[in-house]
Amino acid sequence: MADVGPFVRRPLCGGSMGRVSVAPVEIERPESAEETFLVPEPDTPWVTLVHNDPVNLMSYVSYVFQTYFGYSKEKAKKLMLDVHHKGRAVVSAGSREEMERDVQAMHGYGLWATLSQDRT
Amino acid sequence: MAGYFEAVPGGGAAIALDTVETSILRSLAVQLLELIGPGDEPVEGADPLAALFAEGPSEAPADPALARLFPEAYVDPRSEPDAEARAASAEFRRFTENDLRTRKREDALSVVRNLDALASAAGDGEPGLVLKLTPEESRRWLGTLNDLRLTIASRLDITEEDESEELYRLPDEDPRKPMVMAYLWLGGMQETLVETLMP
Repeated sequence: MADVGPFVRRPLCGGSMGRVSVAPVEIERPESAEETFLVPEPDTPWVTLVHNDPVNLMSYVSYVFQTYFGYSKEKAKKLMLDVHHKGRAVVSAGSREEMERDVQAMHGYGLWATLSQDRT
Repeated sequence: MAGYFEAVPGGGAAIALDTVETSILRSLAVQLLELIGPGDEPVEGADPLAALFAEGPSEAPADPALARLFPEAYVDPRSEPDAEARAASAEFRRFTENDLRTRKREDALSVVRNLDALASAAGDGEPGLVLKLTPEESRRWLGTLNDLRLTIASRLDITEEDESEELYRLPDEDPRKPMVMAYLWLGGMQETLVETLMP
């Protein structure tokens, strides 16, 4: 085990990939009534989603949910199992600002989290 | 308790590490520091307040390991990212990534300092030592162990759970074997460290 090779090698590509344009983008307006229905209302609550990955330990994910959100052991375990089996779980809901705070905290713990508007 | 953390009465955790393990851990933590990159310390003579308001990057890192450590906040992996999600992610990144990098760097630095203190306490002739961590140090170690495992998994291209099962059975001559052994060892350490911190 003494000979662990370096892992800091970066792939040999410049910073050109994944460039995001922040210029205003023309968004096509949906025409049909059905699609219009899917456009969320401004006051629709936001949610924090945690996504499954093969690396994070189940006990660690439970620990994060208990420590950061203050959830009970049972609730934290249920959410962790949802992430594990369903691939994702809603771990909190609230205003956009609150969810940004939660997502930032989850990234701090190394969990893969995103926020989105709750469209359910 | 070879290789694993145990809770210390009154708070904190302890682990027995030999000099080889100590030096491997240190090397991994230093590599993580190199990967995360230097801090945005203010240049000499520059206004230190300016650094506080400096904006971070808006683009996701090209390196997959860094992209996993600093994910896109608005891009749902199950759907095609639209322009709105990309723009919101860029904005989020600009205001959070520097802080996140600083925190990860400070955690890894704390780990290196603990290991150095252990190594210098070793003197000569001591084959094994017990590293004792305060609860605060334990939390920093937990973060660094997790970041290391995420990074190594990315380098080993572990993307599915059954792939990691496969890696456990690699033949000894496989060039990935040492890194896989390190990955599993770190996992055992993290698992036992979490137990000591469970509320």
